Amino acid sequence: MKVSYKWLKEYFDLDVEPKVLAEKIERTAVEVDQVTRAEDGLKKIIVGYTLDVRPHPNSDHLNICQVEVGEDEPIQIVCGAPNVAKGQYVIVALHGARIKDNVKIKRSKMRGEQSNGMICALQEIGFDEKVVPKVYVNGIYVFPEDSGVKPGEPVYSYLGMDDDVIDTSVTPNRGDLFSMDGNAYEIGAIYDKKLTLNHRQLKTVDETDNIDDLLKVKIDAPDDVLAYQMGIVKNVTIAPSPFWLQVRLMTAGVRPINNVVDITNYIMLKYGQPLHAFDYDKLSAKEIHVGYSPDQTKFVTLDGEERSLKATDLMIKDGDKNIAMAGVMGGLDTEIDDHTHTVVIESAIFDPIKVRKTARYHVLHSEASMRFERGINPATVTEALHEALELAAQFGDGKAVKDQITAVKPNPQAVEVTLDLTRINHVLGTQLSVDEVTKILERLQFTVQVTDETFVVTVPARRWDIHIPADILEEIARIYGYDNLPSTLPTGSTTIGRLTTSQQVIRGVRSILQGSGLNQAMSYGLTTAQKAKLFMMQSSEETKLDFPMSLDHAVLRMNLISGLLDDVAYNVARKEANVALYEQGRVFYRTDGTDRPTEVEHLAGAITGSLETKNWYGKEAPVDFYQLKGIVDLLLHDLNFEESISYVASKEYPEMHPGRTADIYLGDKVIGFMGQVHPQVAKQFKIPETYVFELDLQAILDAPKKIQHYDPISKYPAITRDVALLIDQKVSNTEIVAALQAASNRHLEKIQLFDVYAGKHIPEGKKSVAYTLTYRDKHNTLTEEEVNKEFEQAIESLKKAFKVEIR
Amino acid sequence: MGLHEQLEELKTKSLKEISRTDGLKNLEDIRVNVLGKKGPLTEILRGMRDIPKEERPKVGELSNHVRDNIVTAIDEKKAELEKAHIAKKLESETIDVTLPGKPVTQGQPHVIQQIIDNIEDLFLGMGYQVIQGPEVETDKYNFEMLNLPKDHPARDMQDTFYITDEILMRSQTSPVQARTMEKHDFSKGPLKMISPGVVYRRDTDDATHSHQFHQVEGLVIDKNITMTDLKGTLEVLAKELFGDRFEVRLRPSYFPFTEPSVEADVTCFNCMGKGCSVCKQTGWIEVLGAGMVHPNVLRMAGVDSKVYGGFAFGLGPDRFAMLRYGVDDIRNFYQNDVRFLTQFSKKG
Repeated sequence: MKVSYKWLKEYFDLDVEPKVLAEKIERTAVEVDQVTRAEDGLKKIIVGYTLDVRPHPNSDHLNICQVEVGEDEPIQIVCGAPNVAKGQYVIVALHGARIKDNVKIKRSKMRGEQSNGMICALQEIGFDEKVVPKVYVNGIYVFPEDSGVKPGEPVYSYLGMDDDVIDTSVTPNRGDLFSMDGNAYEIGAIYDKKLTLNHRQLKTVDETDNIDDLLKVKIDAPDDVLAYQMGIVKNVTIAPSPFWLQVRLMTAGVRPINNVVDITNYIMLKYGQPLHAFDYDKLSAKEIHVGYSPDQTKFVTLDGEERSLKATDLMIKDGDKNIAMAGVMGGLDTEIDDHTHTVVIESAIFDPIKVRKTARYHVLHSEASMRFERGINPATVTEALHEALELAAQFGDGKAVKDQITAVKPNPQAVEVTLDLTRINHVLGTQLSVDEVTKILERLQFTVQVTDETFVVTVPARRWDIHIPADILEEIARIYGYDNLPSTLPTGSTTIGRLTTSQQVIRGVRSILQGSGLNQAMSYGLTTAQKAKLFMMQSSEETKLDFPMSLDHAVLRMNLISGLLDDVAYNVARKEANVALYEQGRVFYRTDGTDRPTEVEHLAGAITGSLETKNWYGKEAPVDFYQLKGIVDLLLHDLNFEESISYVASKEYPEMHPGRTADIYLGDKVIGFMGQVHPQVAKQFKIPETYVFELDLQAILDAPKKIQHYDPISKYPAITRDVALLIDQKVSNTEIVAALQAASNRHLEKIQLFDVYAGKHIPEGKKSVAYTLTYRDKHNTLTEEEVNKEFEQAIESLKKAFKVEIR
Repeated sequence: MGLHEQLEELKTKSLKEISRTDGLKNLEDIRVNVLGKKGPLTEILRGMRDIPKEERPKVGELSNHVRDNIVTAIDEKKAELEKAHIAKKLESETIDVTLPGKPVTQGQPHVIQQIIDNIEDLFLGMGYQVIQGPEVETDKYNFEMLNLPKDHPARDMQDTFYITDEILMRSQTSPVQARTMEKHDFSKGPLKMISPGVVYRRDTDDATHSHQFHQVEGLVIDKNITMTDLKGTLEVLAKELFGDRFEVRLRPSYFPFTEPSVEADVTCFNCMGKGCSVCKQTGWIEVLGAGMVHPNVLRMAGVDSKVYGGFAFGLGPDRFAMLRYGVDDIRNFYQNDVRFLTQFSKKG
């Protein structure tokens, strides 16, 4: 809320610098967005009086004005505003003036005529167009007669531009700070000052009419109306408000419209009580109903928009005709206009949730709805109405009908909260005394009764946010000052802070991948419907957002790879050809018939280009299947599973290269896959040859791990035998190794592949592979004979299993 | 010329020759020539027979002395020549030590991960557990259990992605508070936890907004937890993450799940409190929200608010990273440009 410093000073003597006050408000109550003074940066802007205005001989829209500016001689200004006329008090920027955005005004010639300054619109000296009275939006501003301006004097004090405006950001609980009265109470508490409320009494009344003869009010939805009162002012002349009121509204960010509407806005700012004014003569039934209308009833609001109502929108009706959306916005049909003669003013409290729903549904967040949603002070519903009626009678030269209609009586209930000193000091960690606490609560103008060390606090209705002891604790803490709290750390029984085994494993996994050259990526969990279901490791229904902001982030991912490929594409598009990324995060699987997906931790990686940077001593090797497999293998090996890991060629993934993809098995369970992205899919992602893996990290965490123990290092030497084979291309390494192992289980310690070759000198469809077999007896020295025998057996078994030629 | 003179002459001549030698081979030749069986020394000693018996020991002594001198000279010369030889060889092996080393590629943890790990380690050291919660939450845990009934105006503070009326993308990590409190057995001691994770909000992505970001929630519930404990804990956190020179101040705020609620500011990084455009001349930057857990939240989680109480806080690692490293666009964190990811590699 824009809080005027000048207005605040009407409540009490305030001799604090506005910036200091703002800082104090921020430290004690609510955040302050900014403190502004409209005149800052402006220079030489004064009141002028147009003595003479005549058309410019060389222009069809310019006028030459002789303007009195408080000097011996009037000055000549050429003005292009359509509404400039003789005999106006106007805003003049003199030669050398600075207007909005630090624009400098200089003496100049306009189409041959001397112009010694500029006659300004309000927008030109910094006013937001939203607050400028409509008649002056497209022209210069003209001071009204009651402004009392004198030519030659600076305009700032007249227009409230010398006021400091503290713009607060009110939290949802502090609806009371959406009123000047509320702010005055708050600042009074901060500075320990008693405030004077200046609530006008209703005096300008006409005793002749009985209000019940003029209007009836029926509440059809009693549960949703917490207070409802109406008053009537007769013989009103609609005119602009007094100048002081217009200035006050503009300072608060509200556009002056006419006296009646301005009064309702003024009262709203002052009390926090939104009011609505209807034109009595536009009511035909003269019977107000507060209730509901059928779904899709059409209703035109004040802003000229036609709205289709919901059956749950709380409405104000004249007979059965809708005239306002309760607490949100009035209707166009019963609007106050220049011919309005009799005014009905409504002061009410509606159910905050109802108002909130309507405002949200129709996207109509008004100053009124914002206040109704956050609560209204029930203690001032009537006072606010009375002051509004009085002002309408005064400013509109009419008379208020003596009585008002009270269809639902406001029910201002003070709340009693009991708490004791021990509790206060226990929670706050302070050592406050009974006196100190009492003093703080009294500054807030709460009533306090103390028995021993127990406080019974009576909280007035204007602080409807306070109900329970914790609320009082907050009041004490913030008025006492958070800066005055000491700093301690929790004491009490010791707790053990440690990562769970899973958390430790995840950290370990991350560090292995980083050590292998992969950078950790973080991608979006929400993606496109298409990308969400690529590279799936299991079948799943998709999980969609109800109202996504964009189709790019509409569906929960069921794989991590597609996000990584987006990242690869992002890099490649920026000429970063070497990309190595991994991501650890969740995928979301849903089964048909359930709404909530299961979240599974996954781990994925993607590499493209080369893992080495370009260097001077050798060629950088492009990444390939085996490079990625090396990384995956290192990772899985370090996890120390009880069961063994194996890779089985797979053609099951439509997004993967059918000849370069493997399922990764732990025992007989698939825990992931790896391989080359299908060239066609790569093309869609606009990426070059890229290798990826994705693993079910949850399965990895859950899988049984080997218990680690020391394996004695044998003191007996090993003997090795090399063998080179010419074998069918189709026979896999796994098959060969299995055959070799099958026949030599006694002393064979290790089989190491050291060469694979196909091409020149090798027959078509064949390959040459070479292995080193290492033999060792852990308890004896092996003899050549033993090794030879075992080696021969292995070769024989190989020959039996495959068509193989030993080279 | 007597034996005596012959020996002296041999010595002088040999030493001269040795000192003039510039190759190991020549030196070896000298050794063989002078000291060998057919060499002059042997020759001279053969003449011993011809001298009187009583002079023999003297000549013997002299001849040994000459021999030792020559051997020593040869050894010294040999060492000298070998040293020169090695030096020459090493000289020829000289490389350009300023050429770059063979690169060892090492990936980096994501900068947000680094901040989360940092926070985890700090709180682990203070006896907290690290607890994860679901990213897809129910309205009940994300809002209702946190004292945010349906249609509460504070729900506007965080616009939420819904999947159904009751299921949503969590808009905060706070639901983990409620989940953990419900399960915790307070007879076994206090609850001290943090919960890092991803959260989602209905926001259009731009330099300062992201529909996905991270939060770390903190919660302590015990019998004697005070607001001063909260203040002290947040100070430790700020000093750990930003440095000892940073101060913390608390300001009143509003969160439905805490009462009192505060926001914590730390000294502005840019100006160290003097006031600048980054901190809007205040000298402070808002970094997190916190407060004393609301009795309703305790009650809904089945915790007796008359006996137990505590504090909770929530902070955003994305924002911390932006502040700490001066990152000016939050989208950097999720685009995964390798030039960005590899910047945050300093271990020290």
